[in-house]
This record gives sequence, C-alpha cells and structure tokens, in this order.
Amino acid sequence: MSSLFTDRALLWVGALLYLAGFLTGLAALTRRQQTSAGLRTLLNSFLVAGWIVQMAGLYVRGTAVGGCPLGNKFEIVQFVAWSAMVLYFFVGPAFRLSVLGLFTAGYAAALSIVSLLVGRWDLVRNAKIFGPNPWIELHAALAVFSYGVFGLLALTSLMHLLQNWSLKHKRLNGLFWFLPSVVQLDQINYRMLALGMLLLTFSLCVGAAWWVRDLASVDLTKLVVTLGVWIVYLTVLVMRWRTWLVSVRFAWVCLVMFIIALLSLGPVNSSRHHEVVLTPER
Amino acid sequence: METHSPVLFLLGASHHTAPLAVREKLALDNARATALAARLQQTPGIREFTLLNTCNRVEIYGVARNGDALDTMRHALCEITGVTPAEFDTAGFLRQNHDTVAHLFSVASGLDSQIVGETEILGQVKEAYDSALAKKWTGPVLNRVFQKTFQAAKHIRTHTAIGAGQISVATVAVDLAGRIFGDLTATKVLVVGAGDIGLKTVQAFQSRGAASITVASRTLSKAEDVAAIAGGWATTLAELPEAVAGADIVASSTSSPDFVLTRDLIAASIKRRPARPLFLIDLALPRDIDPAAAQIANVFLYNLDDLAEIAEENLAQREAEVAKCRAILAERTAALWPQVAHSLNATSEK
Repeated sequence: MSSLFTDRALLWVGALLYLAGFLTGLAALTRRQQTSAGLRTLLNSFLVAGWIVQMAGLYVRGTAVGGCPLGNKFEIVQFVAWSAMVLYFFVGPAFRLSVLGLFTAGYAAALSIVSLLVGRWDLVRNAKIFGPNPWIELHAALAVFSYGVFGLLALTSLMHLLQNWSLKHKRLNGLFWFLPSVVQLDQINYRMLALGMLLLTFSLCVGAAWWVRDLASVDLTKLVVTLGVWIVYLTVLVMRWRTWLVSVRFAWVCLVMFIIALLSLGPVNSSRHHEVVLTPER
Repeated sequence: METHSPVLFLLGASHHTAPLAVREKLALDNARATALAARLQQTPGIREFTLLNTCNRVEIYGVARNGDALDTMRHALCEITGVTPAEFDTAGFLRQNHDTVAHLFSVASGLDSQIVGETEILGQVKEAYDSALAKKWTGPVLNRVFQKTFQAAKHIRTHTAIGAGQISVATVAVDLAGRIFGDLTATKVLVVGAGDIGLKTVQAFQSRGAASITVASRTLSKAEDVAAIAGGWATTLAELPEAVAGADIVASSTSSPDFVLTRDLIAASIKRRPARPLFLIDLALPRDIDPAAAQIANVFLYNLDDLAEIAEENLAQREAEVAKCRAILAERTAALWPQVAHSLNATSEK
C-alpha cells in the first residue's frame, strides 16, 4: 500500500492528469466548443489536480533527499514542467478556451512522461549538491524556474508562429480560431522573456556571490554553458527592446533558444560530482 | 446569335465566372462607362439599357431588337475595356428573356453576391437604374423589370432570414483586425478613398472603438467629409507615406487604375514601426495594394476575394435559406415574365 505514495507513483499520476487535460482540450478544439465553460473547467481541473499531485511527488522526493529535488536530469525536467504550470495559472485566464492550457498541458505531460520513461535519468543523483547553504538551493531553484518561464515562452512563441502562419495563409479555422491575436502574443512573449531573464539573472547573481568564495565549486563546462545561455537570452531581450528582433523572427529565436537551453541541461548536470546511485525503492 | 424578335438581355461577367484579373480589366470607371453608353446609344438595335458596375460584376441589362445588336455590344465592351473577345467568351455570360429576369432578381436580393444575403448590392442596383432612368437609357420594359426587382428584393429581405447575422466585407475585415490586434481600441485606422466603401469601412471600425481614424483621398474636401462622420482626420494621397507609417490598419478603396500602395511604400513604412503589425485591406477593384506587399514580415494583406471567402465560410448557414429564397424568386419571375414578354412584343410592333 505504501508503494502507492512513492514519489515516482505520484509523478506518474500527475503526468497522466496533465495528459487527460491535454486530451480534453484537444477534444474541445476539434468540436469547436469555444463557449463550453464545462470543458474549460474540466481542462483546468485536470491541470490543477495534476499540478498538486506532481508537487506532492516532488515534495516526497525532496523530503527523501533532504533538499530541493534538483539532483538529476529527471528531477530538473519534472521541476521545469511544474514551473511552466505555475506560470500558466497566472497568465492562462487571458486565453480563449484555455488554449494556452492545452499547449501547457501537452508540454508538461510530454516532459513528465518522457522523464519518467527514461529510467537512466533517475538512476543516479548528485549528493549534497547544495550542502548546508540555502542560498545555493535558491540559486538552483530559481535557475530551473526560469527554464520553466522560457518553456512557456517557447509555447507562446509557437502559438505566435501558428497565428502568423494562419493569417498569412488565410487558414483561419480550427485551432487557429482560438489563438490570441499576434499583438497579444508578441506582448506576452516580451514580458515572459523579461521575467525569465530577471529570474535567471537573480539566480546567477546569487550563485556568483558564493562561487567567488570557492572557485573550484563550479567547473568550467557548467560555467560556460550557463553564462552562454544567459548572454544569448540577454542579447535577445535587448534586441527585442530595441525592436531589432520582432514578431516572427523573435518568436523563432525564443523557440530555438529554449531547445538549446534544454539541451544545455545535459552538460550542466553531467559536470556535477559526487553522484550516488538511487535505490530501487525510490 | 440568331435572335430575330426583341429580347430582354443581360451581357456581363461576375465573380462567379471571371477571375480577379479579368474583372480588373472589365471594371468601368466613369470615362469607360460614358464611352460604353455612347456606343450603346449609337447601336441601332439597342432600345434600352442599364449599366450595373460593381466590384464584383459588370452587367449590361437591356432590350435589343436582334442578335446583331448583341454582337455589336459585346465588341464595344471588349474594345473599351481591352478584354479580348476570347477572354470575354470564357469569363463572361449572356442571358436572355426569362433568365435575365431571374438573374436580376437574384442579384438584387443578394443571392448572387460573394457574401450571400448582403444588402449593398440592392443599393448599387437602385443607383444604376436611377442613373439610367435620369439619362433616359431605360424604357417601358426595363422600368417594369427593375421596379418588380426592387419589390422582389424587399420581399426576400423581409420574409426570409437571408439577411440574418448580416455580414459585409467591412465587418469581416474588422473581425480579422481583431485576430491581429486583439482589442481595437488602441489601433489607428487609415482609410484610403472617400467613396461609399470607404465610408462603410470607417463606420465599421468606428463601431469597434478604433483609437483614431484618418481618411485619405485625392481631394482633401472629400476626405474631410468622410472624416467628419467619424470625428477623424483628413489628409491627401500625397501624404500617404507618413499616414501609412502611423497606421495599424489601412483599408483602401480608391478607383485608381494603378497601385496606390506600392510594395516599396509599405516596406518603408513597416521599417519605421517594426514592432507593430500592419493590416492592409484592399477593397478596390482594380486593386489598390501591390500583392507583393503580402511577402513583407508583419504585414497582413487581404483583398476582396480573400474577405469574401472568409465570409462565405462564416455564412455557410445561410445556404439553407438560399433555397427558400430561390423558390420565392422563381415564382415571382414566372409571374412577371408573361407581362415582360407582352411588353417586348409591344415594342416590336412599334
């Protein structure tokens, strides 16, 4: 009976609830039930339930490891999905039929399920990566949360590209009908990028404050990749602010950047030391 | 054409038969319409005629004594518009007698329009008839047919749901603007051309609370007249580059034979406001906006055909009503035709 409440079991339930939300939203879209309050409520109920159960799973994992569960790729990807959902709850109500909810549900379900299916992501975890220092833990949590923001930015960028394509090619029915206007999406993207940058910058500042005291604590790979991601996002933000990079190109860059940022998690995570093998009971 | 007794005829082309490029050539501006009317008046076999010239159709309704007159008229139309006879034979049509009445009923009732059930066409038919009546181009046959047409169109409008959920090109354009900008209360609208369509566009955007409306016309006084209705600004076509750069939505409906908004002008405008999209609505025929402008990033260009296609999708539910309308009009045509035939015979005896 106790196995029902393991972290992975809870995370599976959370992932399946996200998937159920995604399928509900998809069904509503294919039926063009844009005014169906019932389906919107059902979609959001699945997402809220999934988010709570996922959080419970992460809590169980965090209790077991004695800190923020960001010790391996599996935990980081789960946390990115959880962060994206938090952000959706803040910005989602502005979207018709929770179309962002549909995208976020699909995205969170995909991340969660893949991370659960790829067993080797969770075979080992870095032990005591934060030590006794809560600031380092905050640094890591904020950095991963900023990835959640960039993930949602990638989704709204994808929506921007779809809406732009539909308007350019005059294909205005189906899914496209539910998408927000290109101006609204562009503004959301800009704000999301600014928020993600703010979080990532704060996270790096906190990390840097401790790094200068112990230069050996972070290896060169992690340093280069992290700073590289930060510099590129900062460049994109400045270019958007100066209106040198706007609209479709801006959306494409945000989308591609997130894929690069996700891929960067590999070298960042593998550069850590002090790995421990997780026991099968987990 | 072997017709020997007087016929009620219709010669023309519409969006159903002619592609946009041919309709552009066929469009009759004032000079062409005057030239065509002069030729028809000089054609011995043509007794009565009316010219219906809209964005989607050029139609000549009339009474001809014989088939030779119809051939002469077709040649005159081709000669004046520059359309080759072969092109016209492919894109145009000729209707006679009962079919002419049925077609006119259908046109005036909005059943033949790109946007089924729209009401603008009835006003255009009335205007065409009034103009012909004033110039004494019509006679007893056409007068009767057109009066009955207006009655039939009114009956259809009041006794069927063909006009329910009325949608015009202008309102479709306004809906599209919402897909680009969301809330329109912060958008700046520039309307190029101070004609009827320009005025309707102004009113449509005004009703959705556009932040500002500017009307540009070749003549400043005309622009001022339309702008006054919306409490907007007026400017001339000479100021277009500046006006386009400051606008979010540009709706153009001039009668210019050339592009009023070229690709270069639009590209230069978008460079001055790169973060804001530009929605271009080409309501003119011939087109006012260079189609190449659609390739510019952040520019969304829709012409009459595009808007009509969207409207047709939106108005699919009206199709069910069309069958009912056609049945009513068929009855009325059947009732009217014997009277018209009698009038035609009476004219042949004179």
